[in-house]
Amino acid sequence: MTADLVVVGAGVVGAASAYFATLAGLRVVVVERGAVAGGTSSAGEGNVLVSDKEAGPELDLALYSQRVWREDLAEHGDRWEFESKGGLVVAASAEGVASLRELTAHQRACGVDARDLGHAELRDYEPHLSPHLAGGAFYPQDAQVQPMLVAAHLLRLARERGAQVRTHTEVTGFLRAGARVTGVRTPAGDVPAGAVLNAAGTWAGDVAGLAGVRVPVLPRRGFILVTQPMPPGTIRHKVYAAEYVGDVASSDAALQTSPVVEGTAAGTILIGASRERVGFDRTVSTAAIGALAARAIALFPMLRTVRAMRTYLGFRPYCPDHLPVIGPDARAPGLWHACGHEGAGVGLSAGTGKLVAQALVGGRTDLDLAPFAPERFAEEDLP
Amino acid sequence: MTYRMTFRGAVVPAEPGQSVAAALVAAGVTDWRTTRRGGRPRGLFCGIGICFDCLITVDGVPDQRACLVAAADGLRLGDAPPDAGDARPGPGGALPDAGGADEPGRDDAARA
Amino acid sequence: MPPVHDVAVVGAGPAGLAAAVEAAASGLAVALVDTAAQPGGQYWRHYDETHARPADRAGHHGWRTFTALRERLDALRAAGRIRYLPGHQVWLVTRSADGEFDLRLTATTATASVAARSIVARALILCPGGHDRQLPVPGWELPGVLTAGGVQALLTGHRTPAGRRAVVAGTGPFLLSVATGLAEAGVTVAAVAEANGVGGWLRDPLGALSAPGKGVEAARYAALMARHRIPYRTRTVVREILGRDRVEAVRLARVDRDGRATGPDEEVAVDLVALGWGFTPALELPLMLGAATARDVDGSLVVVADDLQRSSVDGLYVAGEATGVGGAALAVAEGRLAALALAADRGRPADPARTRRLRGRVRRGRRFAAAMHRACPAPPGWSDRLPDTTVVCRCEEVSYGDLRRAYDDLGATDARTLKMLARPGMGWCQGRVCGYATAAIAARWGGRATTVDDLRPLATRSLAVPVPLEEIAALAGEPAGATEEEGGDGE
Repeated sequence: MTADLVVVGAGVVGAASAYFATLAGLRVVVVERGAVAGGTSSAGEGNVLVSDKEAGPELDLALYSQRVWREDLAEHGDRWEFESKGGLVVAASAEGVASLRELTAHQRACGVDARDLGHAELRDYEPHLSPHLAGGAFYPQDAQVQPMLVAAHLLRLARERGAQVRTHTEVTGFLRAGARVTGVRTPAGDVPAGAVLNAAGTWAGDVAGLAGVRVPVLPRRGFILVTQPMPPGTIRHKVYAAEYVGDVASSDAALQTSPVVEGTAAGTILIGASRERVGFDRTVSTAAIGALAARAIALFPMLRTVRAMRTYLGFRPYCPDHLPVIGPDARAPGLWHACGHEGAGVGLSAGTGKLVAQALVGGRTDLDLAPFAPERFAEEDLP
Repeated sequence: MTYRMTFRGAVVPAEPGQSVAAALVAAGVTDWRTTRRGGRPRGLFCGIGICFDCLITVDGVPDQRACLVAAADGLRLGDAPPDAGDARPGPGGALPDAGGADEPGRDDAARA
Repeated sequence: MPPVHDVAVVGAGPAGLAAAVEAAASGLAVALVDTAAQPGGQYWRHYDETHARPADRAGHHGWRTFTALRERLDALRAAGRIRYLPGHQVWLVTRSADGEFDLRLTATTATASVAARSIVARALILCPGGHDRQLPVPGWELPGVLTAGGVQALLTGHRTPAGRRAVVAGTGPFLLSVATGLAEAGVTVAAVAEANGVGGWLRDPLGALSAPGKGVEAARYAALMARHRIPYRTRTVVREILGRDRVEAVRLARVDRDGRATGPDEEVAVDLVALGWGFTPALELPLMLGAATARDVDGSLVVVADDLQRSSVDGLYVAGEATGVGGAALAVAEGRLAALALAADRGRPADPARTRRLRGRVRRGRRFAAAMHRACPAPPGWSDRLPDTTVVCRCEEVSYGDLRRAYDDLGATDARTLKMLARPGMGWCQGRVCGYATAAIAARWGGRATTVDDLRPLATRSLAVPVPLEEIAALAGEPAGATEEEGGDGE
């Protein structure tokens, strides 16, 4: 058979796109150079967040994704540990609280459920939280998933609808008919298709390059510390400091850390989040993990004696304007992109996949993809 | 001298130089914690600090490897009893209760 | 800034003791870091010396080698040439821009005092030893089931027999050491179940030639087995361990060469099961530094070392089980050789004849070890008939069926993806116990022999041991409470 769509990449974004494409009736082949969810999908915290986004296209996509997670994908939530735990954003100072109030007001205007909390209310939400915090906000829509299970189960569901998943198969080039992309080349043979979706995450720029187009996806490194298993309910929500929102939006190359602390279904506590642009360097940074631990302890003093079992790192696929690249590429007809979601790829994958499928079958998309257009970057931002 | 430690309200004797785990095993106690998921009993497995199966609370400090912690006189092993009435024998069932030890009448658990 | 040592030796077992003593004797400033409270490693584990009795050394092989090394260690410490740090675990090794190794240390137990939180060294000799390899079997998670090494440690380190009536099972000569040790301590050993054929290792001519001492050892075991009337059953495995909340019995079964049952089960009542399938080298530190690895004859992941114990990483030497399981005599030779090679690499005078002799000893030791490994393999089909309910990962309680579903339904066809999707090796022990088994299961389902790529993901640990967050926080160069105080200021 000739496939309707080849998806390059078996991470969360590729898996969600493949799943929704099969739902739309497309014949799909997923090609992945490594294993399922082996890239950035296996190196995150499983964030499904609205709280960390300022008004704009990314928040629109996050809110849309909320609906897809909670409606389209609701029946599978248990498979990937979907937990609607809510996010708790805390600020240490009165100034921090004031800017947080400004943010929540804007977010509420966009449809985010954001509830302002005073100093005294914080510990009703998190009993172990430091008493030295000035205030915060609670976001009931924030949720968490286990991202590798998301990718693996979405691919399983896609396979049940006829999709093929070829792991350990690297795309080495594109098939062309004139300017048009008509499939991919792999060492295991050519895979012709009506369209190719580049969902190669942090490596999407390289894949785009094989088609002769430039997409500015860069790696932004992050570390996470994982603690010993703790009793259920030790930390109940996704808890982070208000400065995190600023760090996410910043483009600074130097190391930034803002504390993000949350429990998991397995009992471990995940501690993030660091950001630095150091290429694909996989060396453990003592400065980064040290800062993560110190800041987490500042939020939750009881973590002082809790032991970390491991740390892991990943490379967020980062675009200069912090927006993902989603949609057809006019420079190479037949080539589509769904990449560059930075640290929000897990949460945004559901909406991205559904929108891509809608666009691929030529329908109207539930959300305007124009802000995510692949051709939007200025020359100086391109690789 | 023989050390006297307490575990779940019972006295566990120990020879100086023994580990906490060795003293428990010698006293007939083969498990001292339950697993998170299955609630299954666990005790000593690797005996050399590798497997973390033998985790135990020692004097209120949780998650110590019983195979590595040296026995000492008066150590309180296991979670602090919620109240004095929690003096059930270990599942091993081989322990004398505090009153049945070498020096009758001394109840170390009461110090908690 | 902490002082810079010429070399840090990690591990004070046979290899580490030999390496530290030899390096210090060559004039190098040595730091010796060891998890245990007293030297000897697993092999020469002995009762707390402050409460020693003469009988404590009984059953120890090469005890005189140990006491000689021990005396030299004490003398070199007294002379200020070795800084000995017992009760310390290395949890992270990094490398500074000028090539120095930074070792971060934590106390082995919460109550132990810590003499140093970090040490810096220009070279590193890693002698991390190993632990019993385990192959999951139904019921192995029951209390009363211990590793063979754990049973041995309890006897030699704590004068404590782990039960009253035991079965010792798995493969290799170590089972005999454990069984006879138990019997000498008054435990009834109902059977030694050896999965492989009749004592190939007892009669292996190449082995006997290469290491004459081993023949003597074998004869001694045979005599002890006979004296205590311990049944030695070859081609026999423990197929299931029975009991509700602790071990009550085992089912023994005869097996063929691949490890598949050929006869009816026999039930034996016991309160202790000791399991050992050879040893797994502890590779987290060399892997942390990026050392090249290979698969050894016994299927273990080992560090690739040249004929001077040098790894692929500049300045990193490795000795003992981490380069291939081979026992204490080989480990001592490797430790010495590593230290001499380092000394020579640092321009110290080294006796070439001595180096040559040690290289010969290591070569012969390796040959013997390989012969032993070939005689005592993990049966290739050990996992073929495991019930789905068999626990594979004890920490996370991941069953064989959980792994199968991740493999079949979720495309987790390699060890790393299995770990990510089904969580074996994600708990407290970080895959030390189930790592080999998980890698072997993935390979078996894939119809191939276990490869380095299968083994590495489960042998790699980003932190070598669990460590309190406050100690990690100290790396940031800011006190753990600093931000909290800032928060206080803001109120």
